[in-house]
Amino acid sequence: MIRLLGRFLRPYWPQIVAIILLQFAQATAALFLPSLNASIIDNGVATGDTGYIWRMGAVMLGVSLLQIGGQVGATWFGARTAMSFGRDLRQAIFDRALSFSAKEVNSFGAPSLITRNTNDVQQLQMMVLMTAIMIVAAPLMMIGGVFMALREDVGLSWLILVAVIVLGTIIGILIVQMTPLFKSMQGKIDTLNRVLREQIAGLRVIRAFIREPTEAVRFDAANHDLADTAIRAGRRMMTMFPSVFFVMNLSSIAIIWFGSFRIADGHLQVGQLTAYLAYIAQILMSVMMATMMVMIAPRAAVAADRINAVLDTSSSVVPPAEPVTAVTLHGELAFDNVSFAYPGADEPVLSGVSFTARPGEITAIIGSTGAGKTTLVNLIPRLFDATEGAVRVDGVDVRDLDPDLLWGQIGLVPQRAYLFSGTVASNLRMGNPDASDAELWQALEVAQARDFVERMPDGLDSAISQGGTNVSGGQRQRLAIARALVRRPEIYVFDDSFSALDVSTDAALRAALATETADAAVIVVAQRVSTIRNAEQIIVLEDGRIVGLGTHDELLSSCPTYAEIVESQFRASEVAA
Amino acid sequence: MSNTTEPGRVASEPTVDAAAPATSPAAPVKANERPKYGPQHRGGGPMGHGAGTGEKAVSFGPSMRRLLGHLRPELPQIIAVIVMTVIGTALNSVGPVILGQATNLIFDASVVNRTAIPFDELGRVLMLALAAYVTFFLLSWLAGFMINAIVQRSVYRMRKQVSEKLTRLPLKYFDGQPRGELLSRVTNDVDNISQSLQQTLSQILTNLFTLLGVLVMMFYVSWVLALVALVTIPVAMGVTMMIGKRSQKLFAKTWKSTGELNSQIEEAYSGHELVTVFGRRREVADQFRAKNAELFDASFGAQFISGIIMPVMFFVGNLNYVVIAVVGGLMVAGGTLSLGAVQAFIQYSRMFTQPITSLASMANLLQSGVASAERVFEVLDAEEESPDQAGSLPQPARGRVEFEHVSFSYNPDKPLITDLSLVAEPGATIAIVGPTGAGKTTLVNLVLRFYDIQSGRISIDGVDVASIPRRELREEIGMVLQDTWLFGGTIRDNIAYGKDGASEEEILAAAKATYVDRFVHSLPDGYDTVINEEASNLSAGEKQLITIARAFLSNPTILILDEATSSVDTRTELLVQRAMGKLRAARTSFVIAHRLSTIRDADTILVMEDGAIVEQGNHETLLAAHGAYYRLYQAQFAAAITEEDAA
Repeated sequence: MIRLLGRFLRPYWPQIVAIILLQFAQATAALFLPSLNASIIDNGVATGDTGYIWRMGAVMLGVSLLQIGGQVGATWFGARTAMSFGRDLRQAIFDRALSFSAKEVNSFGAPSLITRNTNDVQQLQMMVLMTAIMIVAAPLMMIGGVFMALREDVGLSWLILVAVIVLGTIIGILIVQMTPLFKSMQGKIDTLNRVLREQIAGLRVIRAFIREPTEAVRFDAANHDLADTAIRAGRRMMTMFPSVFFVMNLSSIAIIWFGSFRIADGHLQVGQLTAYLAYIAQILMSVMMATMMVMIAPRAAVAADRINAVLDTSSSVVPPAEPVTAVTLHGELAFDNVSFAYPGADEPVLSGVSFTARPGEITAIIGSTGAGKTTLVNLIPRLFDATEGAVRVDGVDVRDLDPDLLWGQIGLVPQRAYLFSGTVASNLRMGNPDASDAELWQALEVAQARDFVERMPDGLDSAISQGGTNVSGGQRQRLAIARALVRRPEIYVFDDSFSALDVSTDAALRAALATETADAAVIVVAQRVSTIRNAEQIIVLEDGRIVGLGTHDELLSSCPTYAEIVESQFRASEVAA
Repeated sequence: MSNTTEPGRVASEPTVDAAAPATSPAAPVKANERPKYGPQHRGGGPMGHGAGTGEKAVSFGPSMRRLLGHLRPELPQIIAVIVMTVIGTALNSVGPVILGQATNLIFDASVVNRTAIPFDELGRVLMLALAAYVTFFLLSWLAGFMINAIVQRSVYRMRKQVSEKLTRLPLKYFDGQPRGELLSRVTNDVDNISQSLQQTLSQILTNLFTLLGVLVMMFYVSWVLALVALVTIPVAMGVTMMIGKRSQKLFAKTWKSTGELNSQIEEAYSGHELVTVFGRRREVADQFRAKNAELFDASFGAQFISGIIMPVMFFVGNLNYVVIAVVGGLMVAGGTLSLGAVQAFIQYSRMFTQPITSLASMANLLQSGVASAERVFEVLDAEEESPDQAGSLPQPARGRVEFEHVSFSYNPDKPLITDLSLVAEPGATIAIVGPTGAGKTTLVNLVLRFYDIQSGRISIDGVDVASIPRRELREEIGMVLQDTWLFGGTIRDNIAYGKDGASEEEILAAAKATYVDRFVHSLPDGYDTVINEEASNLSAGEKQLITIARAFLSNPTILILDEATSSVDTRTELLVQRAMGKLRAARTSFVIAHRLSTIRDADTILVMEDGAIVEQGNHETLLAAHGAYYRLYQAQFAAAITEEDAA
């Protein structure tokens, strides 16, 4: 946490210095008030000097103004520093997460990254804010209070020590008890969140299987658990304030009792005694403020750890130090003995994959679920990097290529068609910001999306909601295909991109695509033999290995796995017929 | 986030959460054929279109009353707390008077009379003060404990209410609501309520009674000084209202920016690979920077403005302090008041301004809590499903499903299903084909009564589905969807989900029949493998098989398969098909599929276009008719046929 705070607060050191100075001024001013009051009582009231009371009253007001000035100033700089800190931290996390490869994003999980980017930052930001506008003053108030109290009378100082130790012990015990409770509470909120998330996501299944009672029990258990922990943590919390006041009141009594002896001895004046009471209150309040720090800190520390985990992770896909930029790419893609394994996994997802995909040809990849098809295509745009071997585009290792150049050549249509909020046009132009409307319509035409976009109220400018949830799955897929087409890349990657399309659309789209992508290298991941029958080469993937490579006809005779796949599709139809 | 009391009264900023896009509720569904089944992913609502209304307490008074109404079941405890707080604060107010007497004893002896201090009497007075403070401590401690329990129990009930409410809401409601937004209301907003109630409730009570008690004591000690002190109240109220009005606006803006930023983050991470491959990182980072700057402006303003309430009130308090010191000093000098009285009064004046300062910042905090409460109330007030009727299906059900002139649409302006009629005989397999958006999924949604039809009648074995409880209807229906849904638990638990109290044998039988058993054995923990939240340890096809096993186990009369095998590879599919064949034998089945193999063996094929059935018959008769099915078949299946011929 210290490291994180140090790094992100450093740019704001002038403000922090200002905060400390202002808080110092403020605290000093506050400390003078009881002293001035004591003077008024001792020198003004005792001697009946009304002029003195008036004069000192004016001084007190001035000191008060100084105090408010200091406080407002500290609040200004404090709020500014804390919010700047939060803003910078959010930006840093966001920038870092954007640079991640799919591997890091998967290992954190998108929801967790989002929480870290927002909620965790919030915790730290609040801590900085509280520290700046309240807690910084605590040690100042305490030291000042002790100093001023000692100035009034050294003989009673042991009382301060006893009070601080007693209060510190009580608070210490409470904090030791509270910290694990808060940690576990945080975990229980997560659980409640997860249960509810699942219940909303699985609403239809729950209703269809009439499992509402089961789910209610599940939710109630999580809810109850959370409430129990919250009550236990809350009890400690609620002990805090009465205890502080109790110790404060107790010390007032003690000061009067022991102070009276010192007055009897002539060591102390009555006015000083009054001031002493005020100072000890101030000291104990500052102890309490300091404890707030101790209360926020454990939670902020957890947040800081989570943020550090993001900031300390660097993308496994590192941009090359000296990128190759001076190549004209034609789109010849070669896999050279490529293996890929997730860190810590026993089995590699891909091993020893070698093939070449040429411009103007269709390379199809077929295989069972879990055979590694998606992983294979993700290696091309460097969403992952191969753990062994190399992926080359026109003879250049993708890891040596300028990333922008590489990505500029690839048109990816992912398995899960995702659209961004905005309009149809803004989504399509992701591929190519300079595309004209005519080019967009052309792409839509090929993707068999022209009809429905035309029917939308605002055509190209029709709104698309986040994730593309306001269009159907099939429409989403076709828009995602159009988006890749707008880019006019050298290499097309279709990762099972036709699954949500109905039969006739699928056929029409593939026919139109054939002419559109004639000069490009096309990689198609598919499950249906009919989709890939005409491919120039078909790669049969099983358990991460290539078990067959060739044309449909070659593979039928040479590759048992392929024959089996074809037969399975054939037989299914035959059975049906 | 869900901390209980936090002594620092820095008005809390909206808690940002992964799932907290503060979008406007229930934006009307404007999709062409949405909603489809399934989670629809999380969506932050259309950002960049002025989404996010921010949090604003629209009607503070009524909402506050309603929020307090939620505490009603705790009434006896609340009364106990009030009584304890009254006694406690009374004792606490008496304390300084007693201490003042002690000071007077010392002052009179040492300054006025120049005699020895009467330590016996002083000791007695101080013991009295001690007794008062000990009692105050115990009472306030006990009251704190009770308030803590009251708030937590109320919040527990509120979460429960919302959760129960969700089961009574029609699916329509969820379609119009981004999941994250709804989640946020149950967790973040309820949390915020708990926090502000716990922080404010005990303090407002204590502060109010302290204020009253101190006021009484001040008048008791010196009415002149008390009147001087009273001037503080209108000043404090004016200041609070002035500042509160401004900070409220800024807080609302903060919430809005937070929501927008949150949905931007959400979106960038959800579409991470696309952002990367399309080379849009720089643009996305720039957009983020702009929104981030907006959030900074709003939150800085809100924090600063609300942050100055404290010092300003402090100043008002100090002003008061000075005035009292001066006036009091003059009065002592003039002999109208004792020194001890002034000393007590000065202590009172601090006790007097402190609660006012607290109340001022409480008001700020409460605004935020009430704003959250309103968001929760919105959920609680949402229109529920039509109540269940008391009818029942004949037992055992045979599974004859009939649609008679059914019309339905999600959006009144856009009719989807119009005047649709069909009959599914018991045990028949009905395949539904047609282009996307034709209403295929909607049709099966209606059988399950996920939505209520606008006109016409759907019946099972002659009984109108609207006349029987949804529960009884759904007991007869099993379902497998394209979007798999598994919960975080073991594979065994997920299969067992299909049937309440399923035995181990039944689970294993279902798993074997649906080929789940085959891949389960390759997993290290077998059936005890825990499916994690994103279910990334299973492939899409494996997840799909588990959902099929689940439906198998539920042993329904009517089976609905919506694209159930689209993620399963064809070899596995063949196995599944066989299992399905067995499964379908004695059941009425509705099958939505894109694959010829799934369609050809159906007893009846319904060809849907634009919400209507344009053709209906079996494979051979429809092909012979040379109509819509024939065209579909030509467009898609011809290729497959040639291929099969080749193979």
